[in-house]
Amino acid sequence: MSFDDAYQALTDHDDDARWAYGTGFADPLAGVPTELPEGVDAADLAAYCLMLGDDALILSHRLQQWVTRAPELEDEMAIANIALDLLGQARLLLTRAGEAEGAGRGEDDLAYLREAAEFRHVRLVERQDEHFGHLIARLLVFSVWRLALLDRLSASRDPVLAAIGAKGVKEVAYHREYAAGWAVRLGDGTPLSHERMQAGLDAVWPLIGELFEPHEVEQRLPGVAIDRASLRSEFDAVIAQVLEAATLDRPTSAPSSERGHGPELAEILAEMQGLARATPGGVW
Amino acid sequence: MSEQVFEATIAKDQRIEPRDWMPDGYRKTMIRQIAQHAHSEIIGMQPEGAWITRAPSLRRKAILLAKVQDEAGHGLYLYSAAETLGADRGDLTRRLIEGRQKYSSIFNYPTLTFADVGVIGWLVDGAAICNQVPLCRSSFGPYARAMIRICKEESFHQRQGYELLMTMMRGTPAQREMVQDAVNRWWWPSLMMFGPPDGESPNTAQSMAWKIKRHTNDELRQRFVDMSVPQAEALGVTLPDADLRWNAEREHYDFGEIDWSELKRVISGDGPMNAERIANRRRADEEGAWVREAAAAHAAKKQEVPA
Amino acid sequence: MSEIKHEWPLYEVFVRAKRGLNHVHVGSLRAADPEMALHHARDLYTRRNEGVSIWVVQSDDIVASGPDDKDAFFGPSGDKAYRHPTYYAIPDSVPHI
Repeated sequence: MSFDDAYQALTDHDDDARWAYGTGFADPLAGVPTELPEGVDAADLAAYCLMLGDDALILSHRLQQWVTRAPELEDEMAIANIALDLLGQARLLLTRAGEAEGAGRGEDDLAYLREAAEFRHVRLVERQDEHFGHLIARLLVFSVWRLALLDRLSASRDPVLAAIGAKGVKEVAYHREYAAGWAVRLGDGTPLSHERMQAGLDAVWPLIGELFEPHEVEQRLPGVAIDRASLRSEFDAVIAQVLEAATLDRPTSAPSSERGHGPELAEILAEMQGLARATPGGVW
Repeated sequence: MSEQVFEATIAKDQRIEPRDWMPDGYRKTMIRQIAQHAHSEIIGMQPEGAWITRAPSLRRKAILLAKVQDEAGHGLYLYSAAETLGADRGDLTRRLIEGRQKYSSIFNYPTLTFADVGVIGWLVDGAAICNQVPLCRSSFGPYARAMIRICKEESFHQRQGYELLMTMMRGTPAQREMVQDAVNRWWWPSLMMFGPPDGESPNTAQSMAWKIKRHTNDELRQRFVDMSVPQAEALGVTLPDADLRWNAEREHYDFGEIDWSELKRVISGDGPMNAERIANRRRADEEGAWVREAAAAHAAKKQEVPA
Repeated sequence: MSEIKHEWPLYEVFVRAKRGLNHVHVGSLRAADPEMALHHARDLYTRRNEGVSIWVVQSDDIVASGPDDKDAFFGPSGDKAYRHPTYYAIPDSVPHI
């Protein structure tokens, strides 16, 4: 009886839209009011959305660079999923930034036509992965931090940020699990994998200071933005748990809270923006 | 006895399942066909994958990333079907990177501009769909089921490509040129995707008898041409074939002679990108070895600890 | 210590497409451990919202009837037509049965 056939269940929908990318799915912002909350400085809100959006955009870019290079085909699937989730978050946040700014810029103007100095992501997302151990270390640290952040963001006074936070929590919870699972397998795997996983962690550790250093934009948006210093205890607890299971050492290097961008951003933007900028007036 | 059951199952148009008795030749042919198909999906990620980081809008980036991810998924469905016949994925991958098994020759052409992404969706995926829809009725059950799923998913692949080209054709003159140039480069290789002409396709008769192939290469090629001509007109591009015209008597489009020597060259490893495609796949496999070993070692450690 | 196998074992994947339906076999995948298998199954077989629940089981752990068992296993139920509703003749005039 076809009733019990999973493929029948897949095909018994008449709506072909189910199989077309980006349609037939729930709009995460459906019914969410888009007016700016009262008493909020629009420029600050735009800047805050860019901070969160650029983090997702640039890390997604780094993950996109892994496509066709993953250690196993199943991990191709997982890494692409994570990159897609982050890209989705970036698009919502950049769109919100454009709305708040009110100058008519959309997600693509903000992604493709800003200069390096206008990007607001943390340095953690910028660096190039040398191997899978680096990918996992960065993804672990980022996801633990971002999950704590999005969880709090889902109670933001800005209804759009709250909706983005609520949607993102489900996604990043999965990213965190993926990264933690691999951190444990690599850390407690072979001597070589242990060494590489530890090296990955040591490499990203200096960059975590910035993740908890209070930011003036956040401080001007009480109730809307999240005070990142408040994320520290959750971060430390989760990381400690993973490191213990993974038999890894917490790096001893002093985290730097320095902000700003390195030369790697120029390479990222050249790759990401090159075609869009080379085709003025182009439509895609 | 078993052979009779096999023949009767085929004759009744029912499916052969993995644990059924089957002739050695059927098993070998099936493994080879499914593996080549799986390899094509995985190697096929590369030409488009190269444009993900450079996609000129975030929407296109998301679409392309999802599409290339689907191709990894399709490769996995297919390797999974091959493994039901006793093949081993690791072994099949080694055969691929050692050049002992083939993949679709189409992926040995370079993607020079972003319009190639659209044309691959329209023509290459369109040709793939023509080839694959009949395979949903392949006599081997796991392959047929994998193909049902793949065909469903590929319908978005072709549409996204055509939509991208329609959008670009409404853009700047430079964009329209880009589209025409990509069509010029991909049209003939797409026709070659259906394989050699029927007269030179030695395995076709047996494959048709076993119902692992439902139409001949030339039949499918003709169907593809007939479908593509009106689509090209709607798009406003010219297909690069001076002999292409409607034949009222045959009720099909006539088209020009295919340069089979080029196909032979590309299949035998001398295409523009053969070496690079295989080198990339080999590098991913080699660079991932320590990761796969670590996971296996960790799983073994966990099993040793009494629960 | 047992020898470490570098190839990950094969897992079979079963998906419940929606509430009220059985889990149905959809394919297989490779994973080093059960948690990884479940993660991979989610990424591979449900990326278009196809499922509400997933089972994974190592292929080696499945005990299956063979095709040669066909007669002994499945033959005996072939003559029990009385298990099937169409065995019973009910006049068309009787509603809802």
